[in-house]
Formats: sequence, structure tokens, C-alpha cells
Amino acid sequence: MTDIPDVADRFSGAIDEVALGKGDYVAGGAKGMPFLSFENPVKRRPLIAGEVFDTLDGYPQLAADMFDGRQKDPVEWALMWKEIGADMICVRLVSTDPSRGGTPPEESAALVKRISDATKLPIIVSGCGVMDLDIPVFTAVAEAVRDSRLILSKADEDDYKRLASVAIANDHIVVGFANLDVNLSKQMNILLTDFGVDRRNMLTDPLMAALGMGLDYSYSVQERIRIAALMGDSMLQIPMLCDCTGAWDVGDAVSDEDPSLGDPRFRATWWEAITALAAVISGADIVVMRGPGAADMLMGYCDELRGEI
Amino acid sequence: MPTAIEFFKLLPKTNCKECGQPTCLAFAMLLSNQKATIDLCPHVASDAKETLEEASAPPVRTVKVGDKDLGGETVLYRHERRFVNPTAYALTASDTLSSDALKERVDYIASLRYDRVGMMFEADMVCLRNNSGDAGTFASKAAELAGIWSKGIVLETRDPAAAEAAATAIKGRRPLIYGADASNLDAMIGAAKAAGCPLGLVCADEKDAVALTERCAAAGFKDLVLDLGASNLKETLERQTVARRAAVRSRFKPLGYPLMNRVGSGEYAVATAVVSTLKYGSLVVFDDLKSYEALPLFTLRQNIYTDPQVPIQVKQDLYPIGDPDEHSPIMFTTNFSLTYFTVRADIEKSKIPVWLQIVNTEGLSVLTAYSAGKFEPERVAEAFEESGVLSKSDGPVIIPGLVTRMSGKLQEIIGRKVIVGTNDSRDIPKHLRSVTGQ
Repeated sequence: MTDIPDVADRFSGAIDEVALGKGDYVAGGAKGMPFLSFENPVKRRPLIAGEVFDTLDGYPQLAADMFDGRQKDPVEWALMWKEIGADMICVRLVSTDPSRGGTPPEESAALVKRISDATKLPIIVSGCGVMDLDIPVFTAVAEAVRDSRLILSKADEDDYKRLASVAIANDHIVVGFANLDVNLSKQMNILLTDFGVDRRNMLTDPLMAALGMGLDYSYSVQERIRIAALMGDSMLQIPMLCDCTGAWDVGDAVSDEDPSLGDPRFRATWWEAITALAAVISGADIVVMRGPGAADMLMGYCDELRGEI
Repeated sequence: MPTAIEFFKLLPKTNCKECGQPTCLAFAMLLSNQKATIDLCPHVASDAKETLEEASAPPVRTVKVGDKDLGGETVLYRHERRFVNPTAYALTASDTLSSDALKERVDYIASLRYDRVGMMFEADMVCLRNNSGDAGTFASKAAELAGIWSKGIVLETRDPAAAEAAATAIKGRRPLIYGADASNLDAMIGAAKAAGCPLGLVCADEKDAVALTERCAAAGFKDLVLDLGASNLKETLERQTVARRAAVRSRFKPLGYPLMNRVGSGEYAVATAVVSTLKYGSLVVFDDLKSYEALPLFTLRQNIYTDPQVPIQVKQDLYPIGDPDEHSPIMFTTNFSLTYFTVRADIEKSKIPVWLQIVNTEGLSVLTAYSAGKFEPERVAEAFEESGVLSKSDGPVIIPGLVTRMSGKLQEIIGRKVIVGTNDSRDIPKHLRSVTGQ
């Protein structure tokens, strides 16, 4: 019998390691393509972040029904995520928008502090998406939480200096966002570095498009980022964060109009789980998840892909 | 794929021009880019021709099952070049089923079929299992199945006599016999040869696969599909990656065949199918698959097998969202699928029924299409004309905020008032509510 040729890649590069929260959680470190034990001796499981909101206004009922009422209090909601096994919490501060309640920054900061203290998990903080509104909130949060390295999400090419400044001032982590473009991801990392953000304080978000909504673009962009990083492009060796919750915005995933498509609870769960599997197999180091079922499935699959089951 | 120089070395180097190219080197360059085939050269020596054909064949062999090609893959990553033949999905049916039950089962498999933005997603094959253990029963059920199912068929059995009987009974359909292993290989090759159909090998692992495929090659049989015996997700990912890399990078023939997975049913089966669809599987056989599993899985396959060079497009058409009536708003946007899906999702969020007109912009997004002159008022008006949407509704016509500049011209052409919409799709629900006063 002919011997099978050795197909393991021996890369010169490796993904950075970024310590999160109190330093007990680390993202990154890969030395080979995801889950290939024959070339990647670092068998770290991608970290799974459970998403909570500061308001249920606008949050899908289909997902809300999966949290046994505990979603009504964001701290309880975060604790439930910890019980499920999440490694991190992603807190979305959207009620800071005046049209959704206009919660003052101090109140938002106090909420993040309570979630951080109660769960002791690393926290991703994301805003309402309007930087002018978000900056005072990020500033208050960053100053309120001093005993855990927060992840502030997210800075883009047009407006990154303000958020990066908040991160630098308080030794928190900033996420650089680029829209489905390898070169732009690299550019974002360079901009943040040039601005003075330490590499151990950076994550990159390449935009994880959901299944059926451009997942193919994300999958290939992420594979290209990961390959380039392993081949030695240091400006792409920043650990990758993929937000998979967009799966819940896909009509086919959540629609209950056509009974022949099956129970939307299961369908949405699969939609998010498949989106997340594509994310971790193409290089995600951190994934943000909305559904508890999908997160639980993903944890099991990742452990198995690592050979831990 | 060999380089142009490797091809050139095997050509006659006479520059006779009979292939239509000025020189043998020019022809060699076309060959290496797969833009010409070796038959165009009348003077190439027959042994060189064989070498060339062998060398220019895809590193993963193309194996036809029914009317569907499996394998034929040429790269490791989809950003290098489009993956060629999408993963096929099969569901099992037992040969112990009564005629009515078989019909019911086939109807269920056929019902896993979804029309998604002009594309049809469906289950591809039925896998008939020889649960009866009887060759005659297997053959007659195969014939019965072939009468009610027009697509691919897999015949699952470890018994060469049953395999040969059933495969011969439906010979014209080119079924895949699945169930050859080290113990029955020679007889199974005999059965596959007799029926002229491909053979699925049940391998213990990738090493065993090499041993088995080398035995098949020695017997002159190469229409193979390999089950690498993975029993979990890690093995599925790693073994299939090893096989594909060995085939593509090292041209390692013993693993250069399409790969298949025999999974059961339920969550774990679907997870395995997801990993296999992402990483190099050509066929997954399920015992069962529910609709809520099938739709996302089929969507994944479509995503992974699209051409990475071409932006995906949706068909120019009128898409009713919700249940729009004669007063519902009319919106329009480009046929770049990311634009379409995003706009559609945001309209759905508003819960307000809308007529959404998609305009063919050759897959470009709103601003790109506008700057390229492919999203102009005339084109939009033509699309309106084609679908007749303006006579279906007297509701407001809403123009994407990013192309406000063309609203005057459009208004003039269609003779209807045009309202300026939002720059950002996510503001659509708010805007729709204010436009409709809801």
C-alpha cells in the first residue's frame, strides 16, 4: 500500500493570544487551520459569547421564549448564559438611543458592572450603533469596570479614534470592524495599531454574514484572513470575532407562515448553529450567539472537533 | 493541473497550427487553463495523450451517480476557484416497505424541496437499503423505486449478489452500489462492472481507503465513492481534509475520489452533514431529515458552491412581501442578493406588506450599480413595466435613499410621485411606518 503524503501545513505564523476579562479566558493562539490536530497543536475551543440586551423592545419573541422568563432581567439573563456554559457575555446597550428610552450612560455602566460582577465572565459591550450616542456610554462603562478587560465593539474605518481612545485610556480591548474585505480588515488593524492600540488589546470583526445572507462571502474572507495570518502576515494575526446572531434576521429561519418548513424554533436554532459552525471552521476565535440551543450545540460540536469528547 | 510547460513537453512542437493556435506553446497555455482539450491536436502521440488526459483530469475524479456528477473538484478553498459539484443529499428507504409505504416515503423525500429566490433546493437521491437480506426482494423494490423516483438512486447492501441483482434491474439509472469493504471487494467490483455502475467503498479510515482503492485500480475499476469511516465530527473534518489535500496538492490518486458520509438521523447527523458540506463531502446519506433541518442545510450547500467571483444575483421580478394589496407601498432595489436579502429582511421586520421590485443590475449593489450606469430610471421603469406593479398598486413608490438623485427623472417617466426612502436598510421599518401612517 502506498503511503499517504504528509499534508500537514507547517506555517510560520500564529494567531495572537488576547487575554480577556480577568485574564482567565484567552482567545486566539492557533498555529494551523481550525481543528486540524495534525497541524494545529493549540486545541483551544473558540469562545462562545451569549447575547443579552438592556431592553426587550425589538428583541424577537421566538428567542425570548427560550430563556424561561429570565431574559426580563439582564443580570439573570447573563447568569442563565453562564449556566448554559457560555464563556463570555455580549451586552447590547441599545436603550441608550433616545428613540428607545434614552438610558443615561451611568445607568448603562452600572448594568454592565452588575453583569460583570455577577457572572465573572469577560464582557463584550456593544452599543446602539450611533457613535455619537455610544461614546459617552462606552466611556462610562470603561471607567466603571476596572477589574475586567472589556471588549468594546466596534470601531470602523471612518470612526475609530474615539472608541480606540476609550479602550487605550482604560486598558480595555477594542474591536476593529471591516465589511467583508480582507484588505480592509488588515487596514483596520494597521489603523488601530498606528493610533496606539496595543496588539494584545485588539480583536477583528470581519462581518459574519448569516446563512443565506452572504455566508459564502464571510466564509471565504475568513479563510483568506486565517491563511494569510498563518503564512506570516502579522497585521492579520489578530483574533477574529464573529457575530452569528444575524441568523435571526433571516426570513426563512424564523418565519412561521409556511408550516411545511417545520417548527421555526428548531429552524432558527439550526440556522444560527450552521452559521456558527461555518464561522468556527473558517477561523472564528470568538462567536456571539443569540439562541441558547444553538450555543449549546456549538459548544458540543467544537469540543468534538477538538477531540475532547 | 499541470503547467503550460509540462503540457508543452508532451506536444509534438511542430507548430503545425492545426489545433487553431499559432504555436504549440500557445496551445499548451490554453490546455493548462482548461480552455482547450487535447483532442484538438491531431499529432500528439497516443501515450503522451494518455499522460496528458490523466494529468489534466481533475484531481478528484468525477463519478456520475444517476444524472448527477460527484467530485471533479480541483481546489482546497472556494476562494481559489468555484467548487464544482455540490454535495448531494440522499435519504434512505427500506426494501421491506410495502408499495404504498415506499410511495409515501418517496413522496416525503420529494417534499424536501424549497423555492428560494428563484432557485430550487431539493433532496437529490433515494438510498434503498437491503433490510430484507434477500436479493430478489432488493431487485424488485429497486425496480419499483425507479418507477416512482426519477433522480439518483443508492443501493445499500453488503451482499454482492443482492447488489448485482438490484443494480442490473435498474442499470439504465446508473445507481451507486454502497457497501464494498475489504471482505467483499472483489465480488462487489464484479457486481458494479456487470451493472456498469459506480461503487461506494466503506473504509475503516483513510489508510484502509488507500488499500481498497489500489485493489480496485488494479482490477481496472475507478468509478468509486469513498466513505472514510469517520465516526465523529473531528474524523469527518480531518480525514476529508487529508484526502482532499493529498488529491489536490500531491495528485495522490488512491484518495482522489468523491467522498461520502453515511449518517443516521437527528441533530448529530445534520451536524456531520454540515461539516461534510463545508469540507469536501460529495454525498451524505441520511436515515431521515426534517424540513427544519433540510432548509438550512440546503441553503448552506447553495452558499458554499456559489461562484466566489460572481456576486450572487436574484431574478429581476416582483416579490410580494407579506400580502400586499392595491394600496401597498412599492419599493425597489438591485438584484445583488445581499442587498435583496437585507432589504427583504428589514421590510419583513416592519410587518407592513410591500411590493418589492427587483431590478437587474447584474449583481451590483445600489451605489456601485448607479455609478456603473446599471441602475438608472429607465431600467427601473422597464422593470415596473415588465411586472405591471404600477397597475397592481396605487401605493407610494419608494426610491432607495442612496439614489435620490434619480427620483425626478423616474417620477417623470412613470408619471407617479416618488418618495425618498432611507440610506440604510435597517431604517426601513421606521420609514415604512411613517409613510403608511401605521
